[in-house]
Amino acid sequence: MSTEASAPDLRAEARALGLTDSEYDLIGAKLGRPPNGLELAVFSLMWSEHCAYKHSKKLLGRLPVEGPHLLMGPGENAGAVDVGDGLAIAFKVESHNHPSAVEPFQGAATGVGGIMRDIFAVGARPIAVLDSLRFGELDSPRSRYLLDGAVSGIGHYGNSIGVATVGGEVYFEGPYEQNCLVNAMCLGIAPQERLTRSAAAGVGNHLVLMGARTGRDGIGGASVLASAELDSEDADKRPTVQIGDPFEEKKVMEACLELLDRELLASLQDLGAAGLSSSSSEMASKGEVGLDIDVSRVPLREADMEPFEIMVSESQERMLAVVEPEQLAAVEAVCERWEVRCTVIGSVTDSRHLRVFDGDELVGDMPVDALVDDCPLYDLAPEQPVEQIYPAPRRTLAPSDDLAENLLALLGSSNVASRRPLFEQYDSLVQSRTVRRPEAADAAVLQLKHDTGGGSSAIAVSIDGNGRRVACDPYWGTVEAVLECASNLACVGAEPLGLTNCLNFGNPEKPHIAWQLSRSVDGMADALHQLGVPVVGGNVSLYNQSGDGPIYPTPVVGMVGLVPDAARAAAVGLGFREEGHTIAMVGTPQPSLAGSELAKLRGEPLPTSLPEIDLAAAKRAQEAVRDAVRAGGLASVHDIAEGGFLVAIAECCLAGDIGARLDFGSADVDWAALEPYLFGEGVGGFVVSGEREAIDRLAERVPTDVFGKVGGDALWVGLGGSAPRVPLARLHAAHGALAAAFP
Amino acid sequence: MKFGVVRFPGSCDEVDALLACEQQGEAEILWHGDRDLKGVDAVVIPGGFSYGDYLRVGAIARFSPVMEAVAEFARDGGPVLGICNGFQVLCEAGLLPGALLPNTELRFLCRQVDVRVVNPDTPFTRACDVDQTLSIPVKHTTGRYYAPDATIAEMEDVGQVVFRYAESWNPNGSVRDIAGVCNRERNVVGLMPHPEHAVDPLTGSADGACLFASAAQMVAA
Repeated sequence: MSTEASAPDLRAEARALGLTDSEYDLIGAKLGRPPNGLELAVFSLMWSEHCAYKHSKKLLGRLPVEGPHLLMGPGENAGAVDVGDGLAIAFKVESHNHPSAVEPFQGAATGVGGIMRDIFAVGARPIAVLDSLRFGELDSPRSRYLLDGAVSGIGHYGNSIGVATVGGEVYFEGPYEQNCLVNAMCLGIAPQERLTRSAAAGVGNHLVLMGARTGRDGIGGASVLASAELDSEDADKRPTVQIGDPFEEKKVMEACLELLDRELLASLQDLGAAGLSSSSSEMASKGEVGLDIDVSRVPLREADMEPFEIMVSESQERMLAVVEPEQLAAVEAVCERWEVRCTVIGSVTDSRHLRVFDGDELVGDMPVDALVDDCPLYDLAPEQPVEQIYPAPRRTLAPSDDLAENLLALLGSSNVASRRPLFEQYDSLVQSRTVRRPEAADAAVLQLKHDTGGGSSAIAVSIDGNGRRVACDPYWGTVEAVLECASNLACVGAEPLGLTNCLNFGNPEKPHIAWQLSRSVDGMADALHQLGVPVVGGNVSLYNQSGDGPIYPTPVVGMVGLVPDAARAAAVGLGFREEGHTIAMVGTPQPSLAGSELAKLRGEPLPTSLPEIDLAAAKRAQEAVRDAVRAGGLASVHDIAEGGFLVAIAECCLAGDIGARLDFGSADVDWAALEPYLFGEGVGGFVVSGEREAIDRLAERVPTDVFGKVGGDALWVGLGGSAPRVPLARLHAAHGALAAAFP
Repeated sequence: MKFGVVRFPGSCDEVDALLACEQQGEAEILWHGDRDLKGVDAVVIPGGFSYGDYLRVGAIARFSPVMEAVAEFARDGGPVLGICNGFQVLCEAGLLPGALLPNTELRFLCRQVDVRVVNPDTPFTRACDVDQTLSIPVKHTTGRYYAPDATIAEMEDVGQVVFRYAESWNPNGSVRDIAGVCNRERNVVGLMPHPEHAVDPLTGSADGACLFASAAQMVAA
């Protein structure tokens, strides 16, 4: 076997590829000799943070991974839950942060493409995408460039492939200026018996590569981009960003689903980070087998590619399948019909080694266990910072006790303003499942069957994660994110079945970041235990920092819930509906201004803690709201989140295009006491409206304060002596502020 | 009544169209590589990005084998409905006048709009009333209808404008608010809005069902 470089050169090479000296030595020990260049390239990717989770794996063990509805948990391409009628919903969220920071359009597009492949790799047809985006402040040209590119890229891929983008969220905060976040979540539907695992099996079976040709794009993406901090040379990393081709993916998807439907594949895996290296070694590891791959058989875009380049290329729209020899002709016929390339590139062996050949020549030979299981796992060295590590946000609003001024500033702020200019760039309808479109309710609702007679069940889905709140308090901020997501599901009558997460953090080798990560995972674990919701899978994205410092710690959570009757969910919206309906607040949130949107606009420093949350009470309120929506009778339900209570009321007015009269009593009101109540934040509250009887029924189960009625063409806030009145037209004008970002 | 729904590689809304057709009769998929239309009574060319649409939209699909059969079916008076990408394909194939240009905003736009039925005397509008307003979504990047002034004037004279966006609803800059047109013989109709995404109140509206019902009525009659 050839070795192209001498050992000292390779040690330097290993460092350049992101391996430590001790990791390099360990690789030599596992092989019983120094690695050659190809092996080093493969190891450097398999042992990168992105593939090996070497700084996060120990923490993730704290999260609950079992639940009554779970069909497939972490470890597969995507997790899946039971939604009844023999159907499964597979779902997962993944990051594509660094590629998007370098090239937003392709970075975001291939992020969507990658997460879709994870979904159809388990045999589920992708039915919906949600995205979670973070950029610097909107007045920065770089942020606008990244926003425009990422939104176009997500739309380009999702729209072209015929999968609806039904929801998402976006925040604009200074610490994401250099290192934006692009997380994409995909959901797929499958008959439960079609759920497919990726374990390679059957010695002698063919290893078949399907889809696009392999090129030089994305070489080293997992290590160079995804597992290192961003720096000023990032424009030079553009060639490591992959290029997406949604048409190719559409054909590959249809071919794979037909192949699985006809039971022609023994197993299936997508090619993502680290390309053939990781997909093949993970399939072999799960199946406890070996694989032989002949890189000379891989269809190439460029003829002169080196074997190591073929093994690590991250060219998109490729899938790897194990096929029994007697099924090969049928597989080739299906692929030909869909005009999808399909090539036998190797076979399953009993060697437990990944052996790479270039024709007859053996060019790499690595034990599968060493690649997949033997990467050293590191303990974090968490250390709580003595003071807040993030600077105070820039002040854009002077403190004032003018209610209308504060309200309008919040509604027009980049984190609260309507997301319509973004989501109108996405097809939210294709596949005819979308019962609740973006901004029609707090969660998207998708019917499971196309039953025009009504009575179909549905799923609800939401994705959440307010990084600034987590920066204030990693534990309670993460609890809030989980509760917020579950509250959004409750608003459409959904019971949460499972959660996927993407942990976006800075460099975990730095003690303060390690502390954020550790506290955040603890918060997520405690909230999930309380809710009884398991994690079905997810993704960790570390090293999200630049010369300007780390991003806000951003655990993004996506939750899927079951709605027994889609029509009931469709009967309740976010918006107020009818003149004369009673308005009430449900739940017992403990709002405070610290860490709120209003505090951000006023440039106040971030606090170093958030108030504790009564998890049990929050859960009770969610259950009561969920049951009320399922029973029917409420006209609107909206969860109180960014901007606080009065912003939530204004959003209900805007969505319903109708005013409201609130009355806080006749006594003179102390503004200092009222301000946190109106604009403070704290999870666990809902604004509901409906007939008085429906509100009263809810009040029997959960604290409910009635304080107004729907009607008129303004939001009128009765505060004892004064009664500010804000016309709907002014609310609409403020709320439409984001249109300016898409000239 | 049997509808055929064409599936190109890259079609996205063919299953939605199939579901809409199945509300009114039988329906089946017609594969792009086949010339056999399987004896269907009407053909629907659905939305999507046929062959990726990396070239001019619809420019490749018109050369597919199934389109040869559809063109012949249309010449013989068979009813053909093109929706969104299907409309673009029919224009490229010369079965409908005019062309679809990029939206004035140059972005993909997904929005529920009001569409007015201008000509209820086609196989796909027979069950509608003149000036009836339908709430139907649009979703496209390349939906700005264009034809030279003289062509438009002639089309308006002979009833070839079938749908217009209602006042203030034109989402893409289409000339004279045109949302859908037909050929001179009126058996071939194309529109940018998606009636197949408006056949169930649960998912937003049922106003689009009348297009499919029209075709079913005509065949029954």
